[in-house]
Amino acid sequence: MSIQATNIRKTFGTVTVLGGVDLTVPRGKLVALLGPSGSGKTTLLRIIAGLEHADPGSGQIHFHGEDVTKVPAGKRKVGFVFQHYALFRHMTVFENIAFGLTILPRRDRPAGSAIADRVHALLKLVQLEGLDARYPTQLSGGQRQRVALARALAVEPRVLLLDEPFGALDAKVRKELRRWLRKFHDEIHLTTVFVTHDQEEALEIADEVVVMNNARIEQVGTPQEVYDRPASPFVYQFLGNVNVLRAQALAGAGVPGANPAALEAEGNLYVRPHDVAVAPHDPRSPGLVAVLRYIHAAGPQARLTLEQIQSRATVEVEVSRSELATLGLKVGDLATLRLRQGRSFDADYAI
Amino acid sequence: MSFLRRERSVLPGFGLSLGFTLFYLGLIVLIPLSAAFIKTAGMSWDEFVAAVWSPRVIASYRLSFLASFAAASVNAVFGLLVAWVLVRYPFPGKRIVDALVDLPFALPTAVAGIALSAIYSKNGWVGQWLEPHGLKIAYTEIGVFLALTFIGLPFVVRTLQPVLEELEPELEEASASLGANRWQTVTRVILPELLPPLITGFALAFARALGEYGSVVFISGNMPMRTEITPLLIITKLEQYDYHGATALAVVMLVASFCLLLVINLLQKWSRRYYRV
Repeated sequence: MSIQATNIRKTFGTVTVLGGVDLTVPRGKLVALLGPSGSGKTTLLRIIAGLEHADPGSGQIHFHGEDVTKVPAGKRKVGFVFQHYALFRHMTVFENIAFGLTILPRRDRPAGSAIADRVHALLKLVQLEGLDARYPTQLSGGQRQRVALARALAVEPRVLLLDEPFGALDAKVRKELRRWLRKFHDEIHLTTVFVTHDQEEALEIADEVVVMNNARIEQVGTPQEVYDRPASPFVYQFLGNVNVLRAQALAGAGVPGANPAALEAEGNLYVRPHDVAVAPHDPRSPGLVAVLRYIHAAGPQARLTLEQIQSRATVEVEVSRSELATLGLKVGDLATLRLRQGRSFDADYAI
Repeated sequence: MSFLRRERSVLPGFGLSLGFTLFYLGLIVLIPLSAAFIKTAGMSWDEFVAAVWSPRVIASYRLSFLASFAAASVNAVFGLLVAWVLVRYPFPGKRIVDALVDLPFALPTAVAGIALSAIYSKNGWVGQWLEPHGLKIAYTEIGVFLALTFIGLPFVVRTLQPVLEELEPELEEASASLGANRWQTVTRVILPELLPPLITGFALAFARALGEYGSVVFISGNMPMRTEITPLLIITKLEQYDYHGATALAVVMLVASFCLLLVINLLQKWSRRYYRV
C-alpha cells in the first residue's frame, strides 16, 4: 500500500511546522523520515496516521490512491508505534496485543480462539513467546517496543508508522532492534515509515531516506544517494561529519567535483573527512599545508585534527589505523593535505 | 537478628527518622486511640453490649455507614467528572472553579451545616421548591447524605487530578489508532488507569464522612432512630457524663472503620497489581 501526502501544511500559532510538504512512500518500502528535532518529521508522521490534521484547506493523504484525508485515525488501518510504547499498563501482554481485535463490533470480531491464535502468532513473530501473561512493567524496553509493534500489527494495518521507535532504548539494544526491524520488514513487506533523528539508523536500515529540516523536505533518496550526493549544505552536515572550508583557503588546491564558479560565489567547500588524503609535508608536492594537532585513534579508524597554516582552519581527516602507522606522523608535525573530492553549493542555499 | 546485619543504606538517617515517625504517630494517633480502648475496658461485658447494641445505636450505625458509603460513591462519580473537566478542558474561570473544590476543606463544617439546612429547609432557597413535591431534604436521611457528599468531594478530586494530568495522551491515541471509539477508550483504557486513585479518593471521602459531625448535626434534625449519626450519639453520651458509653461507641466505630479501610486497601492493592516489577 503506497502512501502519498500532497502539499501538507501545519502551523501551530505563528510557528510553521510543515510548509507545504509532498511525500510519496512506495509500496512495500521501509522509509526513514530523518531530521533534527523541530524539523516537522513527527508531525508529518502523525498527520499520515490521522492523529493530527493538516491546516484546513491544505493537503491530502492518499493510501494507494484512496483519499483518506478525512478518515479518522481508527478507520485508516494504520499501525502506529509510539516512542514511549504507550502500552496499556493494566493489561497483560496478551490483552495489549489483542486489544485492537477485542474492540471490534461483535459481527466483525473473531472468535476468542481465533484471537488467541493470532496473538500467539504475533508473539512468535516478534520473538516474545511465553511472555503473554506478563504486564508491561515486567518487560525490558526492547521487549515493550516489540509488544507495541505486535499490538499495531494485530489489526492487519495497511501501513506501519513508527515514531522514533528506538529513541528510548540504550545504544546496544537499539542497534540490535533496528537490524531486527530490517529483517522483519523483509519478511512481511509492509509499507513502513519510521521517524528518527539518528542518521546512522536511517542510513543503515532504510530503503529510502527523506531528510527534513525547518518544515521542509531537503532531499529524498537511497541512503547511498543522500550520503554521496547531498542536495544541500544542510544534508551534507546532517549526514556524517564534514569539513567546511573557506574558498580563499583553497587557492590553487584544485578540488575535483567542486564547481569553481559556485566556489567563488558562496565561498564554502564541503569535504568529507575520508576524502582528504594526508602525507608528510613535502614542499614540492601541491596541496594545503597543515599542522597535526590531535590524533584520536581509539576506534576502527583514526581521526586526525589538523590546522591549516594559512587560514588557521581546522580540518578533520579519517585514515585507517595501518595508514596512520605508515605515515609516521606525530602531533605537531607538518603535513600536506590533498582533497580527493568536495562540493560547493549555489549561494541561495543557507544553512 | 538478621535485620541488624542489613547492608548500610545509602540514604542516611533511617534509625532517626523511623524513631521519630513512631514517636510522632504514637503521640498523635496511638495514645488517644488507646485511651478509648482502656476506658472501655473498665466496663463489664453486659454494660458494653447495652451501650453499643441498643436499637437506637444500631439505627445510628446504619445511617452513618450507609450515608457515608452512598456519599463517597456519589463523590467518586462526580469527583471524577469534576477532575476530568478541570484537567482536560481550558475554560474561562477555570482557576476559580479549581479553588472552589477546596472550599469544603477550608470551611468550618458547622458553617457548611447551617448553610445547607438553611437552603434545604422548608423555607430555604431550594427547599421551598422541593417540599411541595413531597421531597424533604433537611431533617431527613437525605440531608445527612447531602452534607457528607459536600465534605467528601475534594478528596476524590484532589487524588485524581495529578494522576489525570500525568496520563499520557499517547495512551488515548494508541487506543484510537487501533480502532477504538471514544467510549471504548474511556471505559477500557482511561478508567482502568484511574482506578487506583479513584479507590484512594473513595476511601478518604468515606473515612472523612464516617467521622463527620459538625455539618451533619444541623441538617439532620437529630431524630432518634431516624436521623442520628453515631458521632452525635457519642457527643450525647459525653454530655450526659456517660464516658464509658461514649468510648464504647468510639471503639466500635474505630474497629469497624479499620476493617472497612483494610478491605478498601486490599482492593487498592489488587487494582495496582500490574505495578509490580
